[in-house]
Amino acid sequence: MGYRLIINGKSYDADVDGEMPLLWAMRDALGIVGPKYGCGIGYCGACTVHMDGVSVRSCQVPVSAIGPARITTIEGVGAGDVGRRVQAAWSALDVAQCGYCQAGQIMSATALIAANPKPSDADIDAAMAGNLCRCATYVRIRAAIKLASGQPQEA
Amino acid sequence: MSRTRLENPSRRGVIKAGAAAGGLALSFSTLASAHAKGGRDQALSAYVRIAPDGIVTIVAKNPEIGQGVMTSLPMMIAEELDVDWSQVRVEQADNNPAVFGRQVAGGSTSTPLNWEDLRRVGATARAMLLDAASQTWGTPVGECATASGAVSHAASGRKATYGQLCAKAATCVIPDPKSLRLKDPADYRIIGQPIAQADTPKIVTGKPLFGIDVRLPGMLYATYEKAPVFAAKVAAADLAAARSVKGVRKAFIVEPPPPMAGGLGGPLSGLLPGVAVVADSWWSAKKGREQLNIRWAEHPTATQTSADFDVRAAALAASPPERNLRKDGDFTAALKTASAKVEASYAYPFISHATLEPQNCTARFTGGKLEIWAPTQMPEMGRQLVASTLGLKPDDITIHMTRCGGGFGRRLMNDYMVEAAWIARASGAPVKLLWSREDDLRHDFYRPAGYHFLQGGVDPSGRLIAWRDHFVTFGQGEQFASSAQMNPLEFPARFVPNYALDVSLIPLGVPTGPLRAPGSNAIAFVVQSFIDELALAASADPIEFRLKLLGDHGLVGEAPGAYHAGRMRGVLKAAAEMSGWGKTALAHGMGMGVAFHFSHQGYFAEVVLASVSDQGEVKVHKVWVAADVGRQIVNPSGALNQVQGSVIDGISEALGQKITIEAGRVVESNFNDYPLLRMPDAPKVEVKFLKTDFPPTGLGEPALPPVVPALANAIFAACGVRVRSLPIDPAALKPTAKAA
Repeated sequence: MGYRLIINGKSYDADVDGEMPLLWAMRDALGIVGPKYGCGIGYCGACTVHMDGVSVRSCQVPVSAIGPARITTIEGVGAGDVGRRVQAAWSALDVAQCGYCQAGQIMSATALIAANPKPSDADIDAAMAGNLCRCATYVRIRAAIKLASGQPQEA
Repeated sequence: MSRTRLENPSRRGVIKAGAAAGGLALSFSTLASAHAKGGRDQALSAYVRIAPDGIVTIVAKNPEIGQGVMTSLPMMIAEELDVDWSQVRVEQADNNPAVFGRQVAGGSTSTPLNWEDLRRVGATARAMLLDAASQTWGTPVGECATASGAVSHAASGRKATYGQLCAKAATCVIPDPKSLRLKDPADYRIIGQPIAQADTPKIVTGKPLFGIDVRLPGMLYATYEKAPVFAAKVAAADLAAARSVKGVRKAFIVEPPPPMAGGLGGPLSGLLPGVAVVADSWWSAKKGREQLNIRWAEHPTATQTSADFDVRAAALAASPPERNLRKDGDFTAALKTASAKVEASYAYPFISHATLEPQNCTARFTGGKLEIWAPTQMPEMGRQLVASTLGLKPDDITIHMTRCGGGFGRRLMNDYMVEAAWIARASGAPVKLLWSREDDLRHDFYRPAGYHFLQGGVDPSGRLIAWRDHFVTFGQGEQFASSAQMNPLEFPARFVPNYALDVSLIPLGVPTGPLRAPGSNAIAFVVQSFIDELALAASADPIEFRLKLLGDHGLVGEAPGAYHAGRMRGVLKAAAEMSGWGKTALAHGMGMGVAFHFSHQGYFAEVVLASVSDQGEVKVHKVWVAADVGRQIVNPSGALNQVQGSVIDGISEALGQKITIEAGRVVESNFNDYPLLRMPDAPKVEVKFLKTDFPPTGLGEPALPPVVPALANAIFAACGVRVRSLPIDPAALKPTAKAA
């Protein structure tokens, strides 16, 4: 028995218990390690993925709850136009320090811009508040979201 | 004189075949000894490999924890080698101190300790390529020039790429690196340019980079539960219940041999007792662990509480200090002559490193040899710890350094490494040990709490003439707990004629250790806040008062404890200028605060603009930073990122971070009760680097300490309440609290 998961456009059979969070099914059973473990309680955002385009914390979603939803991770987000622009902005501005949170940041930023093509500072605050960056690269994260959404960046 | 030789591609895992395929692999340990010994007597490794296709591989020697050295150190080599950065591929070194010397991420030392040698590595390789071209063409070396990874001879119009020359260069004589002339900084084309981190393309696409991402064939996953009271032993555990959980392969109690004494984190930094659960996924291991029902043995430190530390500190402050660390002039007599006096007590809490990647390590034990993949800031100390604990020879242990998801000093300890090694050996399979966030927050080496009982006096001319600090900290007898000491040279020592630093100690059973800018991250808050109080008492502007305190001194004291007052005046004046200090009309409830601090050879002055609402909520609007880390910023992109991150990290510590001890245990468990600063609270941070004629120094730490007191001083300016304990308590800043 197992669960069929559609991740980054590819079909996987995950032979895991239904209560196992998607994060661990991806990381340990399927070898998709871009989404990161940071807290396990949905407070850090390092495990953020998209479920049918909506940001979710994969540490909080049991495999049994996914059904036919299409999952996108940092490994696949660049296949879309917005994701590609966000990744390019992250590279252009050299956002990362340690880089551990950035997969989750990029996923949240992509979902934000997909839903709101020109997010304001307040929009960015609201959409990104769930993603911790322990290195505190917030200045560049904000600038990269502005760049990816074609808005002028402040210094 | 000797000749280079090609690196044996099988000798080190990171050296792939191809290095031997007609390319140049330059081998150095410390350059001087490599030259003196002809490069034959030591196991030398390649810093630089040039392939026939012109691709230059540069090995990054030190651990990468987000401070950017995997990029900035290779930049130093690439500059003097005279290649384009686009030709360069960067590879992370394994732990190999015999080859690379000191491989440590700590103390903001990577730049100052490698600046000279790594440029000479690049210059040496360039000289050999020039030699190769000269021999091939029969033209004098002096007529040949290099640029963008090629040698040219203008008179004959000859030109050859490094790739074409590398095989010949590998047979050339290694010149004495000290004899080579390094570039004029005016000719730099890589150093001083903003260059994205070498790993950036992998980070933004989610490639496996970190310790937690390591996967080996047949690998199992482990959890390790230790006592909430540090170092308590296991009395009993329901191992059978854990083993009955689906996916669990093993569950066993670890009874370690006595820990290695004298590690950076003291006796608690070795292998501590606990229960390991090993499973086919980490989730299964966690589920098994939940069935353990561990009963822990009694432990003497189970009576310790934070509240009791506070009480004992106050009692010690009321008694004569245990000892004096520094005494200049006559504090007591001078205080009597002071026209303005201030007395205040300051306190700060234990705080955690909270690297976002929890501690983890992967280990494989086969045929008596141990192979380890670890995010670590001090791999060699980890290897020694593992060797002594498991009874192995250090030579039988290989450590691969992975990218670290944050360091901040936490990974100077290798407790998780020795745990993984022990569990892997006992499991008969490769094992990845991963701590939960709760494990991580509750088994840290905390920034020690501390208490300072201060008195100061200013004379009628506004000069600070008397300063006494009775520092109550942690330790026993003469021994401070790790990172709980205070340097007797700490400012304002040497700048106040009548100065006393006294100390009393509270015994501690909680592990402590260095956290980003250790010592400084707390002491700057105390010193620079109290200076603000004294400035107020003297009716002086906080910046004018500080400039007067720094006086007209230049270099004060001698290396390694020298303090350059002129450099500090420089950044202080720059911060005042940048922020419009004294020239900006501020709205009600807003205030500006200033502070400076010297640490890790860097001079920093910072101004914070903050507001305090009627509810006592603090909002930081902007921070201006003036920095002096010498004449050259190696990578301006990384440098700016480090400073902005350090500043926001410091604000995060000041606003929210506190570890509480109750019944010998850490109360906080995860980011729900240990809040880190988030996007909406991140201010703008404007940074200016002053270029002064001093050697370049590091940037991982020194920007953090001054922001904490600058914020506290801004809060005072905004609402009139002096912050004397951390984290900042909004309830104490409400108007009602002020009236009380």
